[in-house]
Amino acid sequence: MTASVGGAALALAFCVAIFAAVAALAGRRGAHRWIDLSRRAVYALCALLTLCVVLIEIAFAGNDFSLEIVQQHSSIDTPAFYKLGAMWSSQEGSLLLWAWVLSIASSAALYATRTKLREVVPYATAVMAGIAAFFTGLMLFAGGVNPFTTVTSVPVDGLGLNPLLQHPSMMIHPPMLYSGYVAFTIPFAFAIGALAARRLDATWIRSTRRFALIAWAFLGLGLLLGARWSYTELGWGGYWAWDPVENAALMPWLIGTAFLHSIMVQEKRGMLKVWNVSLIVAAFGLALLGTFLVRSGVLESIHAFGDSTVGPYILGLIAVVLIGSTALIVSRLDDLRSEKRIDSLASREAVFLVNNLLLVALCATIFWGTFFPLISELFTGEKASLAAPWFDRYTTPLAVLLVLFTGVGPLLAWRRVSWASAKRVFLVPAIVGALVAIALALSTDAADSPWALVLFAFAAFSLTGLAQEFWRGASARRSLSGGSMPAALLAITSRNRRRYGGYIVHAGIAVLLVGIAASSSFQTNRDVTLRPGESAVVDGRTVTYVRPTVKTDPEALTFGAVVRVEQDGELVATLHPSRRFFRPSGVQGGTISGFFDGEATSEVGLKAGPGSDLWIAVQPDVSVVRKRGRDADQGFGACVRNAPGSPPGCKVVSGLMRAAAVDPRLRPTALAQIESLQTATAERIAGSYVEDAPPATFRVIVDPLVTWIWIGGLLALTGALIAIWPTRGRRRSPGAISELEALKEAKYREIRDAELDHAAGKLSDEDFALLDAELRNEAVEILDREPV
Amino acid sequence: MVALSVAVLLAAALVYTSFSASTETREPSQLIGAASGISYDMTGKVVTGSVRHEGDDLSFTVADRDDPSQSIPVTYSGTIPDPFRGGREIILTGEVKDGVFLGERDTLITKCPSKFTTESPTANDS
Repeated sequence: MTASVGGAALALAFCVAIFAAVAALAGRRGAHRWIDLSRRAVYALCALLTLCVVLIEIAFAGNDFSLEIVQQHSSIDTPAFYKLGAMWSSQEGSLLLWAWVLSIASSAALYATRTKLREVVPYATAVMAGIAAFFTGLMLFAGGVNPFTTVTSVPVDGLGLNPLLQHPSMMIHPPMLYSGYVAFTIPFAFAIGALAARRLDATWIRSTRRFALIAWAFLGLGLLLGARWSYTELGWGGYWAWDPVENAALMPWLIGTAFLHSIMVQEKRGMLKVWNVSLIVAAFGLALLGTFLVRSGVLESIHAFGDSTVGPYILGLIAVVLIGSTALIVSRLDDLRSEKRIDSLASREAVFLVNNLLLVALCATIFWGTFFPLISELFTGEKASLAAPWFDRYTTPLAVLLVLFTGVGPLLAWRRVSWASAKRVFLVPAIVGALVAIALALSTDAADSPWALVLFAFAAFSLTGLAQEFWRGASARRSLSGGSMPAALLAITSRNRRRYGGYIVHAGIAVLLVGIAASSSFQTNRDVTLRPGESAVVDGRTVTYVRPTVKTDPEALTFGAVVRVEQDGELVATLHPSRRFFRPSGVQGGTISGFFDGEATSEVGLKAGPGSDLWIAVQPDVSVVRKRGRDADQGFGACVRNAPGSPPGCKVVSGLMRAAAVDPRLRPTALAQIESLQTATAERIAGSYVEDAPPATFRVIVDPLVTWIWIGGLLALTGALIAIWPTRGRRRSPGAISELEALKEAKYREIRDAELDHAAGKLSDEDFALLDAELRNEAVEILDREPV
Repeated sequence: MVALSVAVLLAAALVYTSFSASTETREPSQLIGAASGISYDMTGKVVTGSVRHEGDDLSFTVADRDDPSQSIPVTYSGTIPDPFRGGREIILTGEVKDGVFLGERDTLITKCPSKFTTESPTANDS
């Protein structure tokens, strides 16, 4: 039932997507009927794919093991929360997720532009619908990836979800990354639309800027969650490993960051048009590449998802996207000429250009390192890979410079800044930066790592500069309309969401990079083997293995330790690191030793703090327990056979087995009986671990400032959210704003920005007078164009 | 112009250092009898049942992904990733000495046993 309805919905979705693309192209000369029809077709596509997702989720929730996807990735015992997330742990489910999120984003974008961009929308619709058709078509025709595939004989239980993936952030991390990848489709589609329709002013950017920001935020959140998961769950204590799949998600994020900056230059100054369309094509291409890498197995990665049937198709799509876009850009070079030139190197647009080059260089470096195995195979015939130190060598200086520019950019005004203005804004931050560097060099051993010290100084400079921006903005507001400082801060932020949201993002990134620099340069990392009662000293902290622990629950047997940490004679923390051995699931006729050989995960003991984190993982020695398990299995076998000398209880078991051999209906009862006996034995053996625990190996990490990575990341996301949030009061019905009016409004905003910069002391009186006159002239020009 | 020359310089540095800093990736069959003193990244599959813990040291056998008969013994100490166990694919940096692959500390990477793989052991059982 589910399978036939879902299969039909999916097939219909494919047809609707094709129709939407064709109808949109039919309306490219402005035929409203076709354009409206194609938009509604995209809405219908969204409804159909939503139905598919709902059907799959219902099947997961209701343990419908007739569907292969449910049978392979869930079981009766899988907790309800993970059943809902199990969909995207499968290949077919994640493809469905891609298509579904794309259909939602496309619908939202087309709804927002339903009365705007008449020439651009048809082409953009065709691109979005075409990509949706590609992914739905992939599920239908690529073979083996249709989510509604059924199994011939329906099993009683499914295989279950891998325990490693059963972690809350693993449920959110993939859809976040996917949403980020997918959301880049929207600005990409509109860029292609603008190129095709030769409408290359900033209107396509204004309509899709928010989607680019959403893509950036989702991708960032996905990266942050992945890093956090790695830090707390994987038992190695790191948050980033330059793994190809991590890099694949970081690259479009970096290019997206560059894009978000450079489109402002086009919006305000009509420059960098070729650059902007190239960046968004690159971001989308890299997003597809990320999707492809996860699926292909071409590179050696922790995320080894094996070879699959869809890889070559996605590679084909990437090729089409890159070649097609490049051809289109080249054919439109005449229309992509800049309207103006950069006035001065001391201007925000010049700094944005530098920041763009840094970000692209960073991305290019990571790209080279990630794909080096393929490159070297091409040239030398040997697959060779690059390790973390190589990446660090190049990314560190680039990241240090980027931190500097998170402060320099916001402090400079658009167009040009005179020396007098510059001195006024840079003086305090520069002094603070220098003082911080000196203080750190004298009072700590930060100077051991020069790059880190420079980064700290730059971060202090940037954070002071940003704080100064908020302070001066709020002061200017207070002098105009009074009120308290917090109220003024709130007022300026909510009135200039893009500006101050952006500043908050910058502050967050600076804080995050401080956390990365400190934790990677000044980490203490030691492995100690201790018997219960023994202690070791790590970085001034006494770590004592108090006692071993064992816990049994329906999912796993957990071997752990109580660890006491003291510093200067005072108790800092009592931690409980452990290792969970998941019980064998979905396999009948298991063994007792199987309880100790299964999937295992580390539960880290973590004492997080603003100064440093204390991180302890334990590697309990379970070899003794394993051996006892194997012995018990032998004994148990003898017992089932009721071999001579078996304990009296064995009679019952062997009797049951004999009865089951005669009457098959008794078999399930007998097996259940044996399973419960085995479980009880395994739990008893596990319990014996605490009685004479062998030495356990602890990995103790003292990680300075690592908490600030998460705080900085969350701060940056908050800033992004502020910038994304629609400005209230300005929201009129979209039909009311003609393109000319949008242009007018953008110019007014520029004038207001300049006034704010002047009030906040960023522009000297002379600079402001000049800029204001210029802007007002440009505004009059626009007004003259208005039809009367 | 300045940007272009910086870009060219950076690119040249990337190319130059990447060839000298990289470690070659080999499978066990290519490592049998390899000269000692050269660092390699080894990729392959941990042979089921070969994993032994001796104190802090871990010893196991790694075989070619596609040919279980080609294998090399391995010793390693350091962090053991959660997913590590027999049958899993690993990447390990180290060198060959007297026919044994000596893993460098903390370089063991075990691939996530995601359900995307076609080789998950439970799937084969069913």
